[in-house]
Amino acid sequence: MRNPLAQKVVEIKPSGIRKFFDIVSEMKDAISLGVGEPDFDTPWHIRDEGIYSLEKGRTHYTSNAGLVELRQEICNYLKRSQGLTYDPKGEVLITVGGSEAIDVGLRAMCDPGDEVLIPQPSYVSYEPCAVLAGAVPVIIDLKAENEFRLTAAELEEAITNRTKILILPFPNNPTGAIMEKKDLEAIAEVIIKHDIYVMSDEIYAELTYKEKHVSIATLPGMQERTILINGFSKAYAMTGWRLGYACGPKEILTQMTKIHQFAIMCAPTTSQCAAVEALKNGDDDVAAMREEYNQRRRFLLNAFREMGLDCFEPYGAFYVFPCIKEFGMTSEEFATRFLEEEKVAVVPGTAFGDSGEGFLRISYAYSIEKLREAMSRMKRFVEKLRAEKSA
Amino acid sequence: MGIREELLKIIERNSRIDLKELAVLLGAQEIDVVNELQKLEEEGIICGYHTMINWEKTSVERVTALIEVRVTPQRGQGFDNIAERIYNYPEVQSVYLISGGYDLMVILDGKTLREVSTFVTDKLSTLDTVLSTATHFILKKYKDHGTIFGTKPEDERETFTP
Repeated sequence: MRNPLAQKVVEIKPSGIRKFFDIVSEMKDAISLGVGEPDFDTPWHIRDEGIYSLEKGRTHYTSNAGLVELRQEICNYLKRSQGLTYDPKGEVLITVGGSEAIDVGLRAMCDPGDEVLIPQPSYVSYEPCAVLAGAVPVIIDLKAENEFRLTAAELEEAITNRTKILILPFPNNPTGAIMEKKDLEAIAEVIIKHDIYVMSDEIYAELTYKEKHVSIATLPGMQERTILINGFSKAYAMTGWRLGYACGPKEILTQMTKIHQFAIMCAPTTSQCAAVEALKNGDDDVAAMREEYNQRRRFLLNAFREMGLDCFEPYGAFYVFPCIKEFGMTSEEFATRFLEEEKVAVVPGTAFGDSGEGFLRISYAYSIEKLREAMSRMKRFVEKLRAEKSA
Repeated sequence: MGIREELLKIIERNSRIDLKELAVLLGAQEIDVVNELQKLEEEGIICGYHTMINWEKTSVERVTALIEVRVTPQRGQGFDNIAERIYNYPEVQSVYLISGGYDLMVILDGKTLREVSTFVTDKLSTLDTVLSTATHFILKKYKDHGTIFGTKPEDERETFTP
């Protein structure tokens, strides 16, 4: 029989996070600090709006780009939070999660051989999506000494005459790193000089703990070369609703909408109705969740400090990224032993790129009680490893 | 904004939290937290540290009643005087002045139905200023002070990739 598969797809490696979770789900009283989704349920008034839309019989397709009302609310949100102006008709596309926006955006913008710059450690989808779009992913290894921010020098070094897009994943999963305005200004200068585009994945925009998130699209000359991606999963704890969006120049959004229209038709109507409520009346919920995440973030950083474990202070998302290089083992070895010996699951930094070697991703989308127990196990484990080493 | 509001929100849910941990969560010094707590107590903002108990799960017999009370306000005193007369009874848990169809909401804990009805007929209704009462017995508490009684929800998040 003929090989039924496309070589391009077969060659894509499966995600590295999976393996650990499979073990965790088998293990009794294991604590997982591995999940990358909020532990909060969607605020009730948002769920209620979804239910109400069903009761009213809003069970039909929406327009391809999404409910006009929702697109308008997204524009209002970007205006009040970032001072950005987008036209709801033509510059906004509602997608099935931020992930679809990444996929569709890359497919709309890349010709075969175009290079897509992907700073790593970062979310695991960028690279395969670039490959599937026919582009060539080019990895930029971010460094711990820069707190995993992207520097202008690193960017400059990676650019060739084939470079088309830079993916800018901040606030960052898995490191928790953010890019502040001064960092972005340095990047924007290089972007404009080389005439490339930015796909700015701002899904964690609402979860920052230092200053308010700044979008690169707000910098002079950048809005016309930025695809801004965001969604409802992280800010409003709406992961299961699968709803995100992309905003950007009409020329690009028109083509993205074309792909979306043929592949997906439109994002789920119930989710869109609920999302309108989230944007209209959800600010207080976001603030309350942010406050709680921040408490947990402080709790973990303090726990690492007490263990003497090296960790830069992350100001975004809901992850910390401690360094385990002192133990002389790989991230995967550490994570495997930690799971086997203390029944705590964390994700090896290498799941997010080679530059994650020597680090662990620990999610704090867990209750403080769980984190407390996990940290006491981690302390015991770390002390054991140090004793082994000195013996 | 200082740590005050965030501190209150944390201890409203967990008043037994370790002081050191409280300071960590707030990103503050322990001494500042201690001082703030003392100030809040002195200012009467923190009025006590209580425990949420689901009495239904114990063998103790208890009934709780909500009593709507209509009263005649007194000149120069408004409702304060009559409210004081009522809240001084130790079996009275709470007294609120309410807008709408009646004036005071009295929450009462008693051992038995009889004890509660005796209080209403003998003590409450006989006060000069009380015009009428309507007593509602609580059949089941689902949620109190933001705490849901019943089984604790489990973490139902499924594993997924990425």
